Amino acid sequence: MHSFGYRANALLTFAVTILAFICAIASFSDKFSNQTPSAQIQILNINWFQKQPHGNDEVSLTLNVTADLQSLFTWNTKQVFAFVAAEYETSKNALNQVSLWDAIIPEKEHAKFWIQISNKYRFIDQGHNLRGKDFNLTLHWHVMPKTGKMFADKIVMSGYQLPNAYR
Amino acid sequence: MGWIGETVDSIKSIQIRQLFTQAISLGMIVTSALIIWKALMCVTGSESPVVVVLSGSMEPGFKRGDILFLHMSKDPIRAGEIVVFNVDGRDIPIVHRVIKVHERENTGEVDVLTKGDNNYGDDRLLYAEGQLWLNRHHIMGRAVGFLPYVGWVTIIMTEKPIIKYILIGALGLLVITSKD
Repeated sequence: MHSFGYRANALLTFAVTILAFICAIASFSDKFSNQTPSAQIQILNINWFQKQPHGNDEVSLTLNVTADLQSLFTWNTKQVFAFVAAEYETSKNALNQVSLWDAIIPEKEHAKFWIQISNKYRFIDQGHNLRGKDFNLTLHWHVMPKTGKMFADKIVMSGYQLPNAYR
Repeated sequence: MGWIGETVDSIKSIQIRQLFTQAISLGMIVTSALIIWKALMCVTGSESPVVVVLSGSMEPGFKRGDILFLHMSKDPIRAGEIVVFNVDGRDIPIVHRVIKVHERENTGEVDVLTKGDNNYGDDRLLYAEGQLWLNRHHIMGRAVGFLPYVGWVTIIMTEKPIIKYILIGALGLLVITSKD
């Protein structure tokens, strides 16, 4: 009953249980953080807008993204993954979401930023429905914790429109 | 001579009973682990409710050796979700993020493109020959939670199977030689 084996086993089980409990509490504490992120996206320029040989529309944009995601960071946050997606609907598809740009924000200090970029991923439609199309630009963020539950949310900015003709 | 035979018999019978008790308790432990695993499969709606991250394609968020908890619901798949999928013909599940979604109007069918955060290009190279999109039936679950480092045990046991055998051998030896 008091051999080394038993003591080591009891100690190990207790340590693992406590560790699991601490991880759960750390994750639970994320519920109490007050989050007020803000963002603005501006389209500076439509670089080009063409129909590909396969028949799909493609557009290249330059965007100006301003965001303040500092309030999303808690002591249990490892990184925040932020990305900008264009959302629109067509006659064939009820919803299209195309990610244009993403970034990994490892620390709170980097979470307030202003950046001017052209789209990192190609904005290609399934078809040729993009002329004159109204679309939303949404800034999504995904908070990845040091342990526990991940959560994600977004800000939707609407009112953007693609030109009526190819250029 | 007779009582030697009697004591030998009684010793043998005690040992057999002890052996059975130990074997049955070991069996109970293994089956309760199996029950917990199957119950998790039911609760999370996914065929593998827990996966180990095997590659560095989602760093620095998920490193090799972390484990992810999955959940699968009927909710539509949206951009930004981290999904686990199987490519036809491969049996290793891949954990990457959805970057493009095209959802059909009435049927709810969806075309999805994924990419690892740490990869330069999207996953079309990983999909099957000629496959451009993933569909709902390829996706096994969404990652909802994560624990760091715990998956290294599984990785070590898979990549160096000798350690698995040593561990099981040692456990077996412990069971047989323990006095209760």
